Amino acid sequence: MLLSIALVLSAQTTPNLTVDSVATVKAAKGGTATITIEAHLPRGFHANSNKPTEAYLIPLTLKWNSGPLTTESVEYPKGSMEKYSFSDKPLSVVTGDFSIKTTFKVPADAANGPASEVGALKYQACNDRACFPPKTVPVSVTVSVE
Amino acid sequence: MSKRVWIRALQIGVVAASLGVLAWTMHDREPETRHVVKADSKRQQAPEFALKDAGGKLVHLSDFKGKVVLLDFWATWCGPCNIEIPWFMEFERKYKDRGFEVLGVSMDDDGWKVITPFVEHRKINYRIVLGDDKTGDLYGSVEALPTTFVIDREGRIASVHVGLSGRKDFEDAIEKLLDDAPVDSVGVKRANHS
Repeated sequence: MLLSIALVLSAQTTPNLTVDSVATVKAAKGGTATITIEAHLPRGFHANSNKPTEAYLIPLTLKWNSGPLTTESVEYPKGSMEKYSFSDKPLSVVTGDFSIKTTFKVPADAANGPASEVGALKYQACNDRACFPPKTVPVSVTVSVE
Repeated sequence: MSKRVWIRALQIGVVAASLGVLAWTMHDREPETRHVVKADSKRQQAPEFALKDAGGKLVHLSDFKGKVVLLDFWATWCGPCNIEIPWFMEFERKYKDRGFEVLGVSMDDDGWKVITPFVEHRKINYRIVLGDDKTGDLYGSVEALPTTFVIDREGRIASVHVGLSGRKDFEDAIEKLLDDAPVDSVGVKRANHS
């Protein structure tokens, strides 16, 4: 029985957002450093931007959870306003390839050498007829503190 | 007729037969892809579950046996679900007296703290239970929302609607199932007096 239900639903799985690996970032103590994440959504899907137009929508968010750096600001892609069959009003979304730039402060007392800056990119994707549960993609970048 | 002509005729025949089989196969699949109600003999039992409502009371699918049920997997953050909810509220009002109920299964990870205000704000008039991955898996790994099952009076899945569907698709399915005579314990259709 489950097989036939599964066949109907099999084409309707959560789209995977992918993130490119980032080359080692050099960070000078007492200065600032930037990390840019390049992300990709499959064709035909969109994710809410960081500033969705409706309160009930889950925004795109990047949170840095551990590492030697201190997050100063995160610059998200500007959402494009798109109209879908399920919404009366256009929605602020990201599609295809986009980047997220984070600016960090490098503490003056940070330990020298390589370390990992670890974060999580949360997104919630839809196509023009269905939405998929929010997902979190782990992000890890090697930082070389000098 | 030469041997070459015979071979050519045979090749055309094989291609035509293959196309025929393909067309027959596609035709056989139409009811699922076009949300048409499945024939009685093709319906399968909807998996049983026990999920809690906002008051903590366990709700079983079997509680609804004898009724036509619209089982809607949805979430508060799902735009297409928001389009369908007012339809389902209207169906609940319109068909309740004929033995019909809507049961919403919320797949919100944040649970009742987000569901309750949403339900109150939208004045949702049908029962909502909090779903989980186990229940989603029972119904074929529900990931795309909304995913809606229309279940007949015998607790069998009569139609599956993945993603935003047409209001008429639901209404046609509900009307057809409500008009169907219930089947008694020995499989004989009884007269429908409703």
